[in-house]
Amino acid sequence: MNTSENTKAFFTETGAISSFAARFFKQVYKPRFELNEFIRQCYVIGYQSLPLIGLTGFIMGLVLTIQLRPSLTEYGVEAQLPSMISVAVFRELGPVITALIFAGKIGSSIGAELGSMRVTEQIDAMEVSGTNPFKYLVVTRVLATTLMLPILVLLADAIALYGSYLGVNIRGNTSFSLFYTQVTGILEFGDVLPAFIKTFFFGFAIGVIGCYKGYHSRKGTEGVGRSANMAVVISSVTVFVIDLVAVQVTDILNLN
Amino acid sequence: MLPEPIPVVKAKATAEPVIAIHELAKSFGDNQVLAHFDLVLNQGENLVVLGKSGSGKSVLIKCIIRLLEPDSGSIQVLGENIVDLNEEALDRLRVKIGFLFQGNALYDSMTVRQNLEFPLRRHWMNVSQGEVDGLVMEALDNVGLEETLDMMPEELSGGMRKRIALARTLILKPDIILYDEPTTGLDPITGKEISELMIEVQHKYKTSSLIISHDMKCIRRTADRIIVLLDGRCYAEGTYAELERSSDPQVKNFFE
Ligand SMILES: Nc1ncnc2c1ncn2[C@@H]1O[C@H](COP(=O)(O)OP(=O)(O)OP(=O)(O)O)[C@@H](O)[C@H]1O
Ligand SMILES: [Mg+2]
Repeated sequence: MNTSENTKAFFTETGAISSFAARFFKQVYKPRFELNEFIRQCYVIGYQSLPLIGLTGFIMGLVLTIQLRPSLTEYGVEAQLPSMISVAVFRELGPVITALIFAGKIGSSIGAELGSMRVTEQIDAMEVSGTNPFKYLVVTRVLATTLMLPILVLLADAIALYGSYLGVNIRGNTSFSLFYTQVTGILEFGDVLPAFIKTFFFGFAIGVIGCYKGYHSRKGTEGVGRSANMAVVISSVTVFVIDLVAVQVTDILNLN
Repeated sequence: MLPEPIPVVKAKATAEPVIAIHELAKSFGDNQVLAHFDLVLNQGENLVVLGKSGSGKSVLIKCIIRLLEPDSGSIQVLGENIVDLNEEALDRLRVKIGFLFQGNALYDSMTVRQNLEFPLRRHWMNVSQGEVDGLVMEALDNVGLEETLDMMPEELSGGMRKRIALARTLILKPDIILYDEPTTGLDPITGKEISELMIEVQHKYKTSSLIISHDMKCIRRTADRIIVLLDGRCYAEGTYAELERSSDPQVKNFFE
């Protein structure tokens, strides 16, 4: 494939994903609501991701603290360690790293699950039984990722700070209440809210892309694997793109 | 014995045909699968469409239930032209049509009970749990597999899966059943059992069936009338006995 074909394929794909997302907005308001399936998806997507998200959050906070300490010591501002970590975690690392882990775990599983349902004609079977498979499968999953990721990010942020607290105490002696005062002292509305809002977009993008790739999977086992794989690749890149856009928007709106 | 033009409007003065297809055409790119295809299915009849692999049999019944959009032609199902229906009317019509997939298409994340309940819960919303249980047991009883109620599809053998898939299509009490190769891939004994089940179902529920097949044993047992699909059109038509005596080499091929 040459460059112009690649470019064309890129725009075709982007267009197809956008119209898939538009279809979501058209269907989400229409009854009937598949409440049971939505709750089940929240459980699978949210609750079952907790251990992974918790572990990565903890390590992120701990490692970041250990890595930053020498530089801060050099400038004699070691005491600022909790404040710096909390800003880094809340504004950028918590949302982005959690979203990437989430894309890897959930994006691929949605892509593979819907892909194999497409290939074995289970989606067609829903359609001929007069059920709208888009509502049952896609709407529920996209809603679940959109609502679950922000909660997971908040938890990961909190656990990361706890990891950081332990990291601070490896070589120092800071009480938890001092650590807590330092963290809350520096964090402002402008640190937390924009970062929190962008996680909804991350969750939405991961859900839509995973579902799109699965829903339009090609026949054969290879097709399913490819769907799962591409779901992760595209949604991870999209997370960074949204992050870039979000930082520009907050900058222009002067929320910083 | 050669194909006569099929009367499209009415086969007999008494019975309105349940399916009447006229001049159906469907192609994928350069691959013209169906062209000028006509077919009439009468009330209470078992009509077999016979054709070799890749001749477009699955494409034909997927057009009838509008899993595929035909390029041109008309498809009257129970008096409505399925090509013109909007989404809601289509869903209402689809409930009256049962579709048995070539690969069964059982929902593999659900138990047998959930598979059977799935179409019910969506169409007869004001049925009580007791009635649902009753209908599920009736459907399982019809196929002789009550003991599989709480099993997962992967725990079942190929023949059992086919029966459960048939039970799932029967549960909404359809007027028409479309069978896509119901006996392909099964051993001769199981194939015979499935054929007998199909005849039983037809007597019990007074359904009309369109059966896609190239299994001559199954065809001999089930067919009231046979259509030979060749080069995208209806090549020959008649009863089993009539076609068996045909001198046309293309038709003879199937009966050897
Ligand atoms: N979704 C599709 N996209 C492109 N081509 C298709 C599609 N579905 C079917 N075809 C083509 O249509 C032709 C007929 O396929 P079809 O599945 O109807 O065959 P069949 O008669 O059911 O065969 P078999 O007995 O093996 O099931 C094949 O050449 C196939 O490649
Ligand atoms: Mg087929």
